[in-house]
Amino acid sequence: MADRAPRLPLPATRSRPHDSARLHVSGAAGYADDGPEPPGMLHLAFGQSAQAHAAMRAIDLSAVREAEGVIAVFTAADIPGANDVSPVAHDDRLLADGEVLCVGQAIFLVAATSRTAARKAARLGRIDYEARPALLSIADARAAASQIEPTQRMARGDAAAALVTAPHTLSGGFDLGGQDHFYLEGQVAVATPGEDGQLHVLSSTQHPSEVQHLIAHMLGRSSADVTVEVRRMGGAFGGKETQAALFAAAAALVTVKTGRPAKFCCDRDDDMVMTGKRHDFRIDYDVGFDAEGHLLALQLRLASRCGATVDLSPAINDRAMFHADNCYWLPAVEIVSERLKTHTVSATAFRGFGGPQGMIAIERVIDAVAHALERDPLEVRIANLYGPGRDTTPYGMTVTDNVAPGIIAKLRRDSRYDERRAAIEAFNASHTVLKKGIALTPVKFGISFTTTHLNQAGALVLVYADGSIQINHGGTEMGQGLYVKVAQIVADVFAVPLAQVRITATRTDKVPNTSATAASSGADLNGMAAFNAAMTIRDRLTAFLARSFACEDDAVAFTPDGVVAGAERMSFGQACRKAHIGRISLAATGYYATPDIAYDRAAHHGRPFYYFAYGAAVSEVAIDTLTGEHKVLAVDILHDVGRSLNPAIDLGQIEGGFLQGQGWLTTEELVFDAKGKLLTHSPATYKIPTASDRPRQLRIGLWDGENVEPTIHRSKAVGEPPFMLAISVFSALTAAVAATAPAQRDLPPLDAPATPEAILRAIAAHRAAA
Amino acid sequence: MRFILDGETIELADVDPTATLLDHLRYTLRRTGTKEGCAEGDCGACTVLVGEPDPNGEAVAWRAVNACIQLLPMLDGKALLTVESLAQGEALTPLQACMAENGSSQCGFCTPGFVMSLYGRCIGAAGAALPVADVVAGNLCRCTGYGPILEAAETAVPVVRDDAALLARLHALGERAPDPIVPRTAEALADLLAEHPDACLVAGATDVGLWVTKELRTIETPIFIGEIADLRTIEEDADGVRIGAAVRYAEAHAVFARLHPDLGELTRRFAALQVRNAATIGGNIANGSPIGDGPPAFIALGAELTLRSKAGRRTIPLEAYFLDYRQQDLRPGEFVESLWIPRPGPDDLVHISKLTRRFDSDISAVCGAFKLTIQDGRITAARIAFGGMAATPRRARACETALTGAAFTRATIEAAAEALHGDYTPLTDVRGSSGYRLEAAGNLLRRLWHKAQGETVSVLDLEHAHG
Repeated sequence: MADRAPRLPLPATRSRPHDSARLHVSGAAGYADDGPEPPGMLHLAFGQSAQAHAAMRAIDLSAVREAEGVIAVFTAADIPGANDVSPVAHDDRLLADGEVLCVGQAIFLVAATSRTAARKAARLGRIDYEARPALLSIADARAAASQIEPTQRMARGDAAAALVTAPHTLSGGFDLGGQDHFYLEGQVAVATPGEDGQLHVLSSTQHPSEVQHLIAHMLGRSSADVTVEVRRMGGAFGGKETQAALFAAAAALVTVKTGRPAKFCCDRDDDMVMTGKRHDFRIDYDVGFDAEGHLLALQLRLASRCGATVDLSPAINDRAMFHADNCYWLPAVEIVSERLKTHTVSATAFRGFGGPQGMIAIERVIDAVAHALERDPLEVRIANLYGPGRDTTPYGMTVTDNVAPGIIAKLRRDSRYDERRAAIEAFNASHTVLKKGIALTPVKFGISFTTTHLNQAGALVLVYADGSIQINHGGTEMGQGLYVKVAQIVADVFAVPLAQVRITATRTDKVPNTSATAASSGADLNGMAAFNAAMTIRDRLTAFLARSFACEDDAVAFTPDGVVAGAERMSFGQACRKAHIGRISLAATGYYATPDIAYDRAAHHGRPFYYFAYGAAVSEVAIDTLTGEHKVLAVDILHDVGRSLNPAIDLGQIEGGFLQGQGWLTTEELVFDAKGKLLTHSPATYKIPTASDRPRQLRIGLWDGENVEPTIHRSKAVGEPPFMLAISVFSALTAAVAATAPAQRDLPPLDAPATPEAILRAIAAHRAAA
Repeated sequence: MRFILDGETIELADVDPTATLLDHLRYTLRRTGTKEGCAEGDCGACTVLVGEPDPNGEAVAWRAVNACIQLLPMLDGKALLTVESLAQGEALTPLQACMAENGSSQCGFCTPGFVMSLYGRCIGAAGAALPVADVVAGNLCRCTGYGPILEAAETAVPVVRDDAALLARLHALGERAPDPIVPRTAEALADLLAEHPDACLVAGATDVGLWVTKELRTIETPIFIGEIADLRTIEEDADGVRIGAAVRYAEAHAVFARLHPDLGELTRRFAALQVRNAATIGGNIANGSPIGDGPPAFIALGAELTLRSKAGRRTIPLEAYFLDYRQQDLRPGEFVESLWIPRPGPDDLVHISKLTRRFDSDISAVCGAFKLTIQDGRITAARIAFGGMAATPRRARACETALTGAAFTRATIEAAAEALHGDYTPLTDVRGSSGYRLEAAGNLLRRLWHKAQGETVSVLDLEHAHG
């Protein structure tokens, strides 16, 4: 079925605004907290752990129960089924039972007549803790050998031996911070009781099926009793893939226990404390190379802080390993990945899913090699690119779609990289306080869930007898434009205007057993599933019309001017009416499973990805050597989205992804205190980029190409890959710091995020080493 | 209390004085287009426009504020515009239509806030003359990367509102019965404070609002002082500026910039427009933040603070007001009445720098302010104050001593930077380590030196040069 997609004629102009754009700008777009509140609705808040690791000897909730407005208070003992809101490992508790594993962990649940009453009461619990030793950092966990799963190793050749024989070697390492999602809409869930034990949950989640299954299990009911719905999220970025379940399950529990509707609208600060973030990493390397900078041997150690529970950390850390090659051929390589268990909030999915951490590791290695050799890092990058005869990844997948060399060459030319690099050298020679840096870094990002069974999707297309169409699929809309892309795909199948397609909320009672909208896969999977559903209906219509008008099937055509059947021409609505009277079903489900992928996780070998998405960026920055302040001055991006389903939407994903990546590597710093309490739990202290942080010169181009694999209309996924374009900012900052002691051949020890303090520290160390 | 929303006068009795405008809009009036992103005035998703008669009473002056930390009594007698106020049926304003077409929204949750900030710019609301990026510095977007939003703003055309009828109604609303917790004159406030010395004064609520939304505190006896006309005056002459305590930062921006460009730049980076449209000079001083941003600069410039109570007035150097961490020289029944800031003279070299993780809408790790009087190459007087370096905004006496009487040379600057180690033992906290603060503080003095030599010393200046 898949190979039929490219044969369809498509409109020349595929840029369409987001389907909800008019609702967004007028405030009419409804989010989970926006619906009318039915009488009797209860509002919820969690009582949270104040300790990072402790046994709970006693929980005294008398003051909580007596507080104004409180209707009910629940603990783990009140959960009828499984006390489990975890995606895989059954180790995330809805409410802590006996022990707490991180600050902020939910211990009890307050239901009150108002949100403020619930929040106030939630602070009145008296927990008798028996403190236990808390492992808070990567170093703590390493020392205690505390892991969520055994250390993983991905290798090819004999890296240790190659290191010995390499003409040059060097070692290095750096700390790489985590990142809060800071979706503008916090975690929200609204549960409403139905008849006969049924339950409806409106949840701001990327994964309605998982929320449904977890709630059913938690309540000791079947999945068929629980319906989860999400029309749109106010941002998610991975932070509502597994993290939404906690709040949805809490609302469901209260509704079932009290018979009343219940809403959990989480406060921002609580949200930032209680929900998982991007994994922070410690990265260390030993690299062997020749005089041209060819990487001959690499031993890379990736250690991540996974937090208190497993969550998705195994797959996330796997993806870090998968991206530690980026675009480069590594003949002898050993990647060792430690997944460390700490008493901090469990780290979770975040745009890129480990990929950015792996990718920045190899870019850092290349910067170090280039710096040691006094070569332009871009030359070293180019020297190491995958190419003919050197096209197998460390996990044994052949790179068959390598457009990185072409993208880099074009971007280098279009951005006048060489000219600007020379100008920067002159600037640095003549300025003492300010220094500039420039870097071009590429991106190659593997597309597919690496857990192979997740690569499937379903859709439901309903064509009404008047020719209007409803579509539904398992994908969720978090702002990425998935809904409009899928609607375009379906509209094009029938050659009807986009306005004729009504997009409907994602619901578990329409499409079951869906995967999370994650891994950039939304349009690839759901778009193809919806396409298949629409094609099923179109084939039925074709056969019926051919029969009705006594023509061949191929004499039936769906065109923007109507449906043609032999000599007849009619509107799409007329064709549908006719088919309905002719007793032809106008509803169909569609299904898609990504072909050709297989991965042996035990050996870390196989083809985990259907294809790769590529891109590259040039960033020019300036730093202040007195204060450590910096500014990103200009950025040029060339990015590969295959044959774009919607260039306007894709450009938005690229720009937004880039700036989010810039924030990760510059201003966004997570600070924990010595007892494991997050100090940066609000936008007052946690700083995502503002409008003025966007580089004033930001030029984005789409690479002119199409997917070599038969994806939907030969497009490529776009959600995550552009995030990693921002690695160029970090490399450019590193180059600017290096310019403070130009003769020093060790790479400056810049850690991420490159806050003013981190930059000043790196300058001092770099100068001291000179 | 009464306010006007879309032509309708909303009258509320028995208002909880700590109820927020945002909750009232969303859960009572069910205008859910205004969003809660953080409930602490830092994300702008709840941006609305508040209107009141301008100082001449001839037009409605609009300003963007964060509804999440506007307490309902502060809206008494005002007009209000929310995102729902803009569209006429299906018809969007040109700004909205442009934003809908050009990709200004992705998830859409921050969008109503941006719409209101930018609509405010279109109608000439407070701060409309600022560059677009400053107008929306208090609006966070996590999806778009801001490009389309900035583009829509740059192409948006001014909108002339016909507010004549609204103005008349606002004037009528202004003639209202006195409210015991909303005094109208400084004298009335002095009387009220004499009776209730433990009362909590609320001006712009950009701090008190967070006591309510985040600390969940009950404010026992609030007194709302934002409407006291004789605390809202600005007197400027050749010698300096006297600012009333209830003057908002946005209202003082121009006069501060005239005192010195660095003070203007500091004001631009003082929180974001929605906060500057609510936060007052007096509130910024009175709350005794160790960072402040305003106070270090004012102290360096030689400001004097006038405190008033029923017993009378007293005037003290601003630095004398800050006693210890969150302890101020404020006697029972006293309130901050005004601040006098002398104008720097021709021999004064003034430099003010604020160091943050993010340039816009961020609280300083270190804020340094310097006024060196230099005559014939010699420093005859030095006033230096820092925020973020001690428990209060405080002068750097050792550093001042090292400078005073010395030649204005690189060597003097180096010695003075060293002397800072004797002035401060800063803390390590969420905004920076002790070591960073000390090093950066000394470097701000070096920055002053390099700037005086005509060098480009800020990456922001480089950005402007770049394009």
